[in-house]
Amino acid sequence: MNPIFATLAIWAIGWGAVVGVMRITPKRGAGAKIGQMAVPLLFGATLLALWQQIVVGFGVPQIILPAPTSIIHKLITSLPLLGADFIQTAKGLLAGYVLGCGAGFIVALLIDRSPFLQRGLLPFGNFVSALPIVGIAPIMVMWFGFDWPSKAAVVVIMTFFPMLVNTNAGLSAAGRMERDLMKTYGANEAQTLLKLRLPASLPFIFNGLKINATLALIGAIVAEFFGTPIVGMGFRINTEVGRMNIDMVWATIVVAALTGSAFYGIIALIERRVTFWHSSYRQRN
Amino acid sequence: MTPKSSLVAILTVLAALLVIWYVGAVFMNMDLQRSLFQNANNDQYSTADLISGTLNQERPRLPAPHQIVAELNKSILHTAPDSKRSLVYHATITLEATLLGFAIGSALGVFLSVLIVHLKSLDQSLMPWIVASQTIPIIALAPMIVVILNQFDITGIVPKAVIAAYLSFFPVTVGMVKGLRSPDPLQMDLMRTYSASQWQTFFKLRLPASVPFLFASFKVAIAAALIGAVVAEITKSEDGGLGARLLAGSYYGQTIQIWAALLTAASVAAVLVIIVGLLERSTGKLMGARP
Repeated sequence: MNPIFATLAIWAIGWGAVVGVMRITPKRGAGAKIGQMAVPLLFGATLLALWQQIVVGFGVPQIILPAPTSIIHKLITSLPLLGADFIQTAKGLLAGYVLGCGAGFIVALLIDRSPFLQRGLLPFGNFVSALPIVGIAPIMVMWFGFDWPSKAAVVVIMTFFPMLVNTNAGLSAAGRMERDLMKTYGANEAQTLLKLRLPASLPFIFNGLKINATLALIGAIVAEFFGTPIVGMGFRINTEVGRMNIDMVWATIVVAALTGSAFYGIIALIERRVTFWHSSYRQRN
Repeated sequence: MTPKSSLVAILTVLAALLVIWYVGAVFMNMDLQRSLFQNANNDQYSTADLISGTLNQERPRLPAPHQIVAELNKSILHTAPDSKRSLVYHATITLEATLLGFAIGSALGVFLSVLIVHLKSLDQSLMPWIVASQTIPIIALAPMIVVILNQFDITGIVPKAVIAAYLSFFPVTVGMVKGLRSPDPLQMDLMRTYSASQWQTFFKLRLPASVPFLFASFKVAIAAALIGAVVAEITKSEDGGLGARLLAGSYYGQTIQIWAALLTAASVAAVLVIIVGLLERSTGKLMGARP
């Protein structure tokens, strides 16, 4: 079959399915939910099929763009290697994430009572978010060595300020009325913090945690571009690009994408459990 | 909270940071300095010698602020801007890739957001993927893009700009979709009672309403474009640029050079964000926004 014709046919079938599903999806009820899930999935499947067809049909060289099937094949055949990379990167990622978010949270609590420090520190938080912090990676490699602690250090620096800014914003989220109520109960500062202000700040804290989940993965991977023991996702990407094993690079990227989505998804799930009272979740039921 | 007292607070924190930095530099460089004195068979050094030594090493673990300032001064003001040792030279290369990438990325983002807002099918099929892709470390693709474009004989500024573009493309798309949807149903209904066409609704209501969102996402996007350009220069270091300078510094242990390049990148990022902020303000004035 003519490759141009086949490509167009796949697009027509896929897009037709997307539009068709949209048309038969009911406006509300269980059917609406299934339809809303199915449309993007169908669209993604169409894109994958197109990718496969273009690469195979037009004979695109492997070193420019490997077909999805060969990426999946590579992914399955090199699972042990990718697993080792994942564990190496995850060590730096998790250690840095916990330390960075923890430190941001604690500092936000500490400066909570001091408007002076808040005014002094928070502008830095907004400023730092625009900086190319990943550039600090070579310095951290010099200080903490090639192994995962240096990656954790980069992640700590990347995640600290978003957490600080979000926690600080969250601590002032409790309304005037609720605070007055706490006062009429005769609650002291600590009780107000624990029973009112911290719970009220949870949506903001989770926002910081979610932003940081993405940032931390970026930090951990880019830091590995600067030197690492011979394992890790950033290292794998960098070396396999040099050796023109583009399918291995894509396999690593698939692992990184799954890691990022899973990390984000887990935090979003916890958020939904913990802040079930928030209006953004209540509305749906 | 007056601006003046905020400034005092910021300056206090900055001063504290400098003090911590100096103390940190003394302690982090102490071991190296001790062994330097030992190698020079100098056992008679005083504490003052030790401290002043730690703050003036050639390759310190943590350079003192004044060393970085001296390096910045040397490589910005006292080196010809077209020399490879000049940070102006490298910053210009990075800036070119950043701005070109930002222009491409935001144009693409705005275009796509207009399509998404007007085509329900694209909204339902593509938008979830764009949102989901935010959780993916897309920067990991950077080295591969350089190699792929190299296969097509595309070299020079373009691969770097492409990476900068696709990092800045996502925030603009997501922000603009939100912005173009921000008019509330009442205002949309009003346009309908005026029997405005889709184009009129777009230019007279949706687009003006989206401007604050546009600039908010521009700020994120231009910072992301710079990060993309710097990371691209790490993988493609032969053309120079601040990322290449970082990499060269880390190869040869030139810590002062790394810090100087890092601070330059930070200032470029800050200046770009400030410029976007100024544009936002003057656009707001043109549109009659009250401060």
